[in-house]
Amino acid sequence: MRFVLKTRYQQDINLFLHNGQRFWYALLALSVLAAPWFLDRFFLGELSLVFIYAIAGIGLMLLVGYTGLVSLGHAAFLAIGAYTHTWCLQRGVPLPLSILFAGLLSAVAGIMIGRPTLRMTGIYLAIATLAFAIVVEQLIAHWESVTGGYRGIVVPKPELFGYSLSGSWPFYYLCLACVTGCLFLALNLLRSPTGRALAAIRDSEISAQSMGINLANAKSTAFAISAAFTGVAGALFAHKLGYLSPDAFTLLTSIQLLLMVVVGGLGSLHGVFFGAIFIVLLPQLLAISRDLLPAAVAQLPGLEPGVFGLILVLVLIYEPLGMYGRWLKIRQYFSEFPLYRKSTHKRQKSYLRTERVR
Amino acid sequence: MEVLQLLISGISQGCVYGLIAMGFVLIYKATEMVNFAQGDMMMLGAYLAYTWINIAGMPFVLGVVATIVSLAIVGVLIERILLRPMIGEPPFAVLMITIGLGFMLRAFAGAVWGTETKAVSNPFSGNVIRLGDISIGYENMAIILGTVILCALLFAFFRFTRLGIAMQAASQNQLAAYYVGIPVKRIYSLVWAMSAALAAVAGVLVAPISLVEPVMGFIGVKAFAAAIVGGFGSLPGAIIGGLIVGIAEQFAGLYLPPGFADTTAYAILLIMLFLRPEGLFATMQKKKV
Repeated sequence: MRFVLKTRYQQDINLFLHNGQRFWYALLALSVLAAPWFLDRFFLGELSLVFIYAIAGIGLMLLVGYTGLVSLGHAAFLAIGAYTHTWCLQRGVPLPLSILFAGLLSAVAGIMIGRPTLRMTGIYLAIATLAFAIVVEQLIAHWESVTGGYRGIVVPKPELFGYSLSGSWPFYYLCLACVTGCLFLALNLLRSPTGRALAAIRDSEISAQSMGINLANAKSTAFAISAAFTGVAGALFAHKLGYLSPDAFTLLTSIQLLLMVVVGGLGSLHGVFFGAIFIVLLPQLLAISRDLLPAAVAQLPGLEPGVFGLILVLVLIYEPLGMYGRWLKIRQYFSEFPLYRKSTHKRQKSYLRTERVR
Repeated sequence: MEVLQLLISGISQGCVYGLIAMGFVLIYKATEMVNFAQGDMMMLGAYLAYTWINIAGMPFVLGVVATIVSLAIVGVLIERILLRPMIGEPPFAVLMITIGLGFMLRAFAGAVWGTETKAVSNPFSGNVIRLGDISIGYENMAIILGTVILCALLFAFFRFTRLGIAMQAASQNQLAAYYVGIPVKRIYSLVWAMSAALAAVAGVLVAPISLVEPVMGFIGVKAFAAAIVGGFGSLPGAIIGGLIVGIAEQFAGLYLPPGFADTTAYAILLIMLFLRPEGLFATMQKKKV
C-alpha cells in the first residue's frame, strides 16, 4: 500500500497521484511510441483500431460511465463523423480541420437528439438514441447524392501537408496523436467542475440539482462532448475501413461500443482501453476458436453476436465494474496481502421505488 | 376504398406492435424493468409454435397451448437465471442484460432452427372475409381479435385481481411491498411468465403474416416506439400507440417515397419524445424529494 500525504488542495486534481504512476505511464507512453519498431503491419493495424475504438469509448464512457446516461445509438455518431470527414476530404478540406468538423457536426447532432429527451429518465434516452441511430442508418442508405447509399463511397487517403498518412506507420501515429489528445481532453474535463457535475448527476440527480447543477445543461453538455469524441473516432474509422457503407454502422456497432465500456469497466478511463483491446481481440479469438471447435458448433450462423450477448450478460451479473474493476481487486489483494476481505467490494443493492402514479 | 383497406391492414399491423408493446408494459408495470428482448421472445414463441405444430404434429389449438406453456417456462428460467441476481441494480444494467439476452436468443434460434425462413401451418391462412370492396384475411382478424381480448383481460387483471394489484405495489415501492407481505421475488417470476406467455400468443398470431426467422424480433424495436407513444406503463396506451404506428406506417409506405415506411415508427417516436415525452397516457410524474 502506498499512502500519499496530501499537503495542498492542488494534489487532489493532479493527473498523476505519485511518482510511481508517473514512471509507469511514461514507460507505457515510450512503448506505445516505439511500437512500430517491434510490431509487424498486422498488429500495428490492430493497435490503431484499438486506439480508434478507444476514442469512441472515451466518448461513450463520459456518457455512460460518468453521467449515467445510456446511449444505444452511438453508431450513428460514428457514422456522422465518418461521412462528414469523407465529405470534407472530398472537397479538399485539410485533414485536421476535417476531423474537427466531424467531431463538431456529431456534437450538434448529439445536442439535437439529446436536448429534448434528457428531460426524461435514462431509458427514454436509450430508446431515443436507438431510434435516432436507425433513422440515421436509413438516411445514409437513401441520401445517395452525399453518402452513395448502399453502393458506398471510397474514403480519400489521409494526407497532411502533402505527406500521405495511409501507410501503417503514419496512420498509427495519427491514431495515437488523436487518442492522446482525446484522453487529455477527457481527463481535464473530468477534473474540472463540469466533469464533477457529471459524476454528481450519475450518483443522484436530485442531490446534484440541489447543489445547483443545471441538469438539462450538464446532460446536454455530456451528450454533446460524448458525440463529439465519437465523431472524431468515426473520422479515423473511415480511414480504417477505406470504404463507407451503411451496414458498417448498424445496431450491432452501437451494442459493440456499449459492450466495450461495460466490459472494460464503467466509470474509469482505464476501462475504455481494456474494453477497446477486448473488442478488437474478440473477433480474432472467435476466429481461432472456430478452428478448434467441432465443425457443427463453429459453423453456427450469428455466433459472434450471441457471444457478445453472453459476455455482456456475464460481465453485468458477475463483475459490473468490468475488467478494470477486476484488476483493482487483484491489485488490492496483493497490496493488502493477508488482510484482503471479499466483502470490501460487496455491491450495494437498493430497493426500487417508482416515479409512476398508477 | 384503398384508404379503408390500408386502414385495416394498418390496424392489424398495429395490433402486432400493440401485442409486443403490452409485453414491455407488463414487465415495466410490475418490475420497473425494461425488457428489450420482448421481440426476441416473440420470435422464440413463433419458433416453438413451429416446433410443436409442424414438427411434433400437434393440432393447432393444442400446439398453441404447448407454445404458451413452454415459453412461459422459458420466461421463468430467464428471470431466475439472469434477472434475479440483478434485483436492486441500476435500471440501465438490467436494460443491458436484456439486450444481451436478445442477442443470445437470436443466436440460439439460428443455431437450433437454422436461418432459413419457416412457416407455421395454421387454420387462418387463405381465408378471407369480404365486406363490399374490402377484404380482410382471417389471420388479420385473428390478430385484431386476439389483441383486443388480451388487452381487456390484462387491464382487468391489473385493475381488479389481488395479484395484479400486488404486482403494481411491488413495482411502486419494493420495500413497502415486502413489508405488507407481498412475495416480491415470486411476483417477478410470475410477471416474466405472463409476459412470455403474451409473447407466445404474439408469436403465434404474427407467424401467419410474417416470415418466421431469427431476425423477426427486430419488430420489437418498433413495438417499443409504440409503447413510448402510448406512455410507457399504460396497457391501453400500448395498444393505441401500436395502432398509431401501424397505421402511419401503412400510409407512409403508400404515399411517401421508398425508405420512409421503415423509419416511420422511429420518426413518430422521436416526434413524440420532442413534443410529449411522457406519452399519450402519462403514468410518470416528476420525482419529489
